[in-house]
Amino acid sequence: MMQKVKNLYLGVIVAFLYAPIVVLIAQSFNASRYRGQWTGFTWEWYEKLVESEEILNAFSNTLTIGVTSAVLATLLALITALGMRQMGRQSRMFMRGLANIPLLNADIVTGISLMLLFLGLGLRLGYDTILLAHIVISLPYAMLCILPQVLSMDNVWYEAARDLGATPLQAFRKVILPELTPGIVAAFLLSFAMSADDFIVTYFTKGAGIETLTTEIYAELKLGVHPEMYALSTLFFCGVLVFAVLLMLNYKVITRYRQAEKRGQAR
Amino acid sequence: MNERLSSQRFLALPFGLWSVLFIVLPLFFVLWNGVKDVDGGFTLVHLQTVLQWEYLKALGLSVELALISTFICLVLAYPLCLILRERKESRGLLVFLLFLLPLWMNSLLTTMAWQTILEKHGLINMFLQSLGLSEVHIINTPLAIIIGMVYNFLPYMVLPLYVALNRIDNSIIEAARDLGANHYQTLRRVLLPLSMPGIVSGSTMVFIPALTTFVISALLGGNKVLLVGNIIEQEFTAAYDWQLGSALSMVLMVFIILNILLEAFTDNGEKSRQARKGRA
Repeated sequence: MMQKVKNLYLGVIVAFLYAPIVVLIAQSFNASRYRGQWTGFTWEWYEKLVESEEILNAFSNTLTIGVTSAVLATLLALITALGMRQMGRQSRMFMRGLANIPLLNADIVTGISLMLLFLGLGLRLGYDTILLAHIVISLPYAMLCILPQVLSMDNVWYEAARDLGATPLQAFRKVILPELTPGIVAAFLLSFAMSADDFIVTYFTKGAGIETLTTEIYAELKLGVHPEMYALSTLFFCGVLVFAVLLMLNYKVITRYRQAEKRGQAR
Repeated sequence: MNERLSSQRFLALPFGLWSVLFIVLPLFFVLWNGVKDVDGGFTLVHLQTVLQWEYLKALGLSVELALISTFICLVLAYPLCLILRERKESRGLLVFLLFLLPLWMNSLLTTMAWQTILEKHGLINMFLQSLGLSEVHIINTPLAIIIGMVYNFLPYMVLPLYVALNRIDNSIIEAARDLGANHYQTLRRVLLPLSMPGIVSGSTMVFIPALTTFVISALLGGNKVLLVGNIIEQEFTAAYDWQLGSALSMVLMVFIILNILLEAFTDNGEKSRQARKGRA
């Protein structure tokens, strides 16, 4: 009985979370241009997706800004974390607090504050200002991924490499970098996700004449979103779904393997 | 500290410059715009304007809707995390992924999909009509905005709560049961206090974006319900009264600082309690 109530509760929440997603996927196959009326099934929007210049343009902006800002944020987080390792507790706490400001701040305040800064410095709002703003918002997340790993790293290996005659650069490349790879990858992925998903900060720092996917969607909302956009997000969602399923399977294989290993050891 | 390692400290220098330029300075630009007059002198006029009824009303409504949404998120997420916690061995990852996947859909599009569900001739009303029931009017009301907020920010509540509840040792709960506590007593005396850091952290993570949103209210409130975020957005993109927009942002910053303090206090309380336990 109790179990049934619990399953029902999970089901209701899942239905709540997926209802709008099902609606969006349905709309990507809807022959009508307008949402809210179903006039038949079509693949039209998927075919038109590759011809839609606005969407492809916004897509390429989102992609290049996402990758560039994620690379730069990860790099900055990495060298900062390495520097912070040699600091006292107090100054480390201070730096952490400073780095967390954009994370705790409301996006709208971060957005307008950066816009006022860029205009105050005499910059023109455009591609570069979006890029800078995205590094600002993803840096705290990159730090969150890298800093704990750097702080828990043992100095012994680096010392040993140096004693054996490695230059600082060699010791970094051969000893420190391999150990930090998981954190660096996580930082890059999370930074990219933050950049690609951001709307509010981009909206205030973008200036006229340039759109990313999110601002393009917002601009279209008033006149009705192009159904090609639904097609694109459906494709994207399916991609993430496949990735999640692979992750699941991988996890299962690993657990089964570990269990087998344990049993082998026990014997 | 070792000589050749301490020289690495200079690696943090770029971040020092970066944070002054792109984290601290922008906030001063907001403060400066909030208190300067046309000639660049100091004035409190904009902050006084914020006290006008029109703006106070929007601020009050924003706080009210954000509080209600935060509360609903907490009430929905708590049992959910308790159930997820029980199942962490079997199928736990699958269920957890199920709750994270919707985050990958663009939130502007999902919020717009809620329009399709809630509007006058939308899915809910179509469903009610087919059952012969009367229509409900949800779109463009505060209720629609609350639904949008809960939908968008529920994961922010689930994540910290799940982490906090997962950290509680099963033996503590069993001990409470052995000592004769019923379900309700275990929840109130054991689970709730121990998961308090997660509750506070989740609540602040929902409250701030809910308080400052302008997208959800614009899409689901149909410009009939004005929140603080909408007014700030309009001052910067349509009305071009940056001073007033900055002054309103300063009010939001006060809320953000209060939130950070609240979280810091719970964290500290937790730490000192643990320290006391360690000594005893």
